[in-house]
Amino acid sequence: MDLVRARPGPAYTVTFDGRELPALPGQTVAAALWSAGVAAWRTTRGGGEPRGVFCGIGVCFDCLVTVNGRPNQRACLVPAAPGDEIRSQDGTGRSDTGEVR
Amino acid sequence: MNLAVIGAGPAGLAAALAAADRGIRVRLVDSAAQPGGQFYRQPPHAFGARRPQELHHQWRAWQRLRDGLARHVEAGRITHLAEHHVWFVERQLEPSGFTVHALLGPEQAEPATVRADAVLIATGGYEKVLPFPGWTLPGVVTAGGAQAMLKGGLVLPGRTAVVAGTGPLLMPVAVGLAAAGADVAALVESAGPKGFARHAVTFAAHPAKLAEGASYAAELLRHRVPLLPHHTVVEAHGKDRVEAVTVAALDPAGRVEAGTERRIPCDTLAVGHGMLPHTDIAEALGCRIVGPGVAVDAEQRTDVPGVWAAGESTGIGGAALSLAEGHIAGRSAAARLRGREPDPRSWAAAAKSRTKARQFAAAVEAVYAPPAHWAELLRDDTLVCRCEEVPASAVREAVDELGATDARSVKLLTRAGMGWCQGRMCAAAVDGLTGCEATSARRPFARPVPLGVLARSGEDEPDLGPPG
Repeated sequence: MDLVRARPGPAYTVTFDGRELPALPGQTVAAALWSAGVAAWRTTRGGGEPRGVFCGIGVCFDCLVTVNGRPNQRACLVPAAPGDEIRSQDGTGRSDTGEVR
Repeated sequence: MNLAVIGAGPAGLAAALAAADRGIRVRLVDSAAQPGGQFYRQPPHAFGARRPQELHHQWRAWQRLRDGLARHVEAGRITHLAEHHVWFVERQLEPSGFTVHALLGPEQAEPATVRADAVLIATGGYEKVLPFPGWTLPGVVTAGGAQAMLKGGLVLPGRTAVVAGTGPLLMPVAVGLAAAGADVAALVESAGPKGFARHAVTFAAHPAKLAEGASYAAELLRHRVPLLPHHTVVEAHGKDRVEAVTVAALDPAGRVEAGTERRIPCDTLAVGHGMLPHTDIAEALGCRIVGPGVAVDAEQRTDVPGVWAAGESTGIGGAALSLAEGHIAGRSAAARLRGREPDPRSWAAAAKSRTKARQFAAAVEAVYAPPAHWAELLRDDTLVCRCEEVPASAVREAVDELGATDARSVKLLTRAGMGWCQGRMCAAAVDGLTGCEATSARRPFARPVPLGVLARSGEDEPDLGPPG
């Protein structure tokens, strides 16, 4: 932030697994989680291993996360918004809305 | 007449400007919220960054592209369709033309279509990463991914990073992380000085590139980043995230030299082994592929009439090559859309840059190669396919015991490459383990498409506004 002399707008709050985290306007979900020191937010379907960002540009699908009840969102592409409920995702994820995706 | 340019990185922007300068109406279709692609990835407006150039080089070239785009958008010659994720381009015969199918916004659940008389593919590339034990641990990211998160999100993955692999991307990534405040514990590059010596004549013919490399080297020195040439990462350690990496020297044959292993504590490993072109859209259109990239002629035309390709989609070569190719492609498309034969003499300067940049890219590719025996470092339980969690043992079994000799057979026997990323992350590794040449993947769609969108396709979708 200092390097590019950024003056971001005021931070707002999102929740990650119920815990309140600050996020900055313009950040993706992945950037908000990284800023809060969270590196992993998914476990794999087979081995239950932790995963987070890998490719950072939407190619690899390792960073899948549940945002506001919608599972399988790529955290590196989805912008965070005030009040977002971000939840870590186990296996194939589960839609809170009952929507099949 | 109108042209759809897919991708707003250096090649797509240069192409769009060249065509629009010649009176062609251009729709610039791009997945990002802002133009620039990965090379000129910008922090979001909301960050109010006053010195974004601190994270970039060739800033003046970017300013020219950015201002040129703004001018043409203002004049109505270019429509910039941001946050349009293209998943397929459909070729029509009667009447001839193309329909570009995209998904809108970050959620990518709603469709949009764009009609065009011709298409210019400038979809860029993505990073190749070869597996090693521990490469799936959180905190292990691609070198380009670390850079993208830094440029676009102004965030660091951790405090102490190791940058490793091979290729010209590693130096700017290490410098970028260090400048942003990370402690870069080592830059581990598998290429050695001998490779450079063999191509010294070619490199000497590119003083600007040499100067660029020297300035990165000086920055590394200033940030006290130890450089370990002819070394490789043997393993990343950790339970829930990376805590350390073991690196080792390579012998002349490209094997790990016994006794040279050393453990470096870190919470981040940024790793990459070069780049691969995005060719899905071109392949679905039936364009010929040569090596890893889309085959083009001297005008950057593919072998499908009405389809041009420029930049990394035709082969990895860097931003300067992308700019030259994009410029030529845009001029050629502009002339041919008007039914005229273009005069190559009119883009002689760009053609000269293209030739030089291609020579340089060939030398770079020859020098930066992953260790010849990288596959020997894979343990049986090392995952090769990250999505489907296919271990190296399964791939080896498919090859050694079941007789698979190509990636497609391995895929059918093991599910490697069948997951979310459709083999983009594991294809190079599977090819290497199988001992086969890389072949085109022939993915039907360039990205996942919701079934609802497919079910509705063919129904009348609104074509997006002017220019048409």
